[in-house]
Amino acid sequence: MSELIVSILLLTGAGFMILAAVGILRLPDLPTRMHASTKAGAMGAMMTMAGVAMHFADVVVFTRAFAIVIFILITAPIAAHVIGRAGYFLGTPLWEGTIKDELKDNYDERTHSLYSGFEPAPESVIPPTHKKRSEDDED
Amino acid sequence: MIEWAVNLAITVFAVAIILNLYRLAIGPDIVDRILALDTLMINSIALIVLFDIRLSLGILFEAAMLIALMGFVGTVAMTKYLLRGDVIE
Repeated sequence: MSELIVSILLLTGAGFMILAAVGILRLPDLPTRMHASTKAGAMGAMMTMAGVAMHFADVVVFTRAFAIVIFILITAPIAAHVIGRAGYFLGTPLWEGTIKDELKDNYDERTHSLYSGFEPAPESVIPPTHKKRSEDDED
Repeated sequence: MIEWAVNLAITVFAVAIILNLYRLAIGPDIVDRILALDTLMINSIALIVLFDIRLSLGILFEAAMLIALMGFVGTVAMTKYLLRGDVIE
């Protein structure tokens, strides 16, 4: 029974990992590749760790596997965040079928600052559209 | 049964690593290569603990932990280098 559970956990983890690899190979641009690899990769590693911990059934091994799982669970979103941030800041081209890029109109590439459209921005970082609208309001 | 499952899982992880290496080689942008390296790190952690079962050792978890730590620090350092031009100013 224990062997069956361990086998199912290991093979499910391997399935998630091959899904991540196929996604990272086939998907068209950086955000979709990140969508495939970070979630499925972390899930596959966690299920493999659970299978190994159940196979050995030892307190020492279980503690180390649990520590690795917690570490992956903490660091995978941070790594995905820094990769996506670097990709957007460096101007990595999106897929031509992308229909929504909400940062494009409100993001200043020179100063790396965002605008919501409501705040009075400082004089030095006002983008051209923002400045024009405030002049119209004064008239 | 457990040997069969472990062998099949090791084969699948090896195929996943080969696909990631292909993306690492052809990646059109450098951030794609960093993403492929990050996924390779997670793949290698799982492969090391599978070899731990295969060899019935139970002592390879420190290596997996070290690779997880160094892989995360390496990813953050590479993106910092891309954005700022230096890692530690």
